[in-house]
Amino acid sequence: MAEEEKKKKVSMVVFSGDMDKLYAAFIIATGSAAAGFDVTMFFTFWGLKALQKKGVSTGHSLFGRMIGWVNGGDISKANPSRYGFLGMGRWMFHKMMKNKNVSTLPELRQLAVDLGVKMYPCQMTMDVMEYEREKFIPEITDCVGVGFFIEQASQSAFTMFI
Amino acid sequence: MADELKPDLELDLKGLLCPLPMVRVSQNITKVAVGGIIKATASDPGSMADIPSWARTTGNEVVKTERDGKNFVFYVKRLK
Repeated sequence: MAEEEKKKKVSMVVFSGDMDKLYAAFIIATGSAAAGFDVTMFFTFWGLKALQKKGVSTGHSLFGRMIGWVNGGDISKANPSRYGFLGMGRWMFHKMMKNKNVSTLPELRQLAVDLGVKMYPCQMTMDVMEYEREKFIPEITDCVGVGFFIEQASQSAFTMFI
Repeated sequence: MADELKPDLELDLKGLLCPLPMVRVSQNITKVAVGGIIKATASDPGSMADIPSWARTTGNEVVKTERDGKNFVFYVKRLK
């Protein structure tokens, strides 16, 4: 009984900034939240893109700005991991998904927020890639490290790396 | 017995794809009292697996499913 009372938890490392992988991450996150799990998403490296505000650029140093430029903007600018073709693949996928009435990534991210999914950027990769907290959507409150993630993962029914 | 199923809330989930049908059911389940029934109509064939799984995970019950043309109809009972 006591075990039943304890809220079930899911935790996820989102490493990728690829469109298709972000779909997987946000669909599993929203599905888990709907099924009654507390969900923690930890965004690191290219995954930080998923939390970036629309229209901001990142980086100060030459290398930092290069990373920002290659990264190409916010979640709506994410390219598929295959079939990239300099943005063609993204355009095609968007068109096909729109025809089939699949939610867009910004819509899924908003749904995750609405369902209480907690999203945290990784402080170390923020420093390396020259992101500041203001570059992220306002729903992001804390920037955390691996210790925080391990604590969450150790309490989770399952953990994923995407 | 099955004829007595009177939904307390009806949801039109036609046209929605994964994960939205189960998410909408989960967002609405607390709008009916415990013991109450939601009638949800979805067109996504994936929801045939997803909504019963969701019910098992959350401790609710799909008391009846039926086909309505191209659509899938679920009677979901709130158990807690």
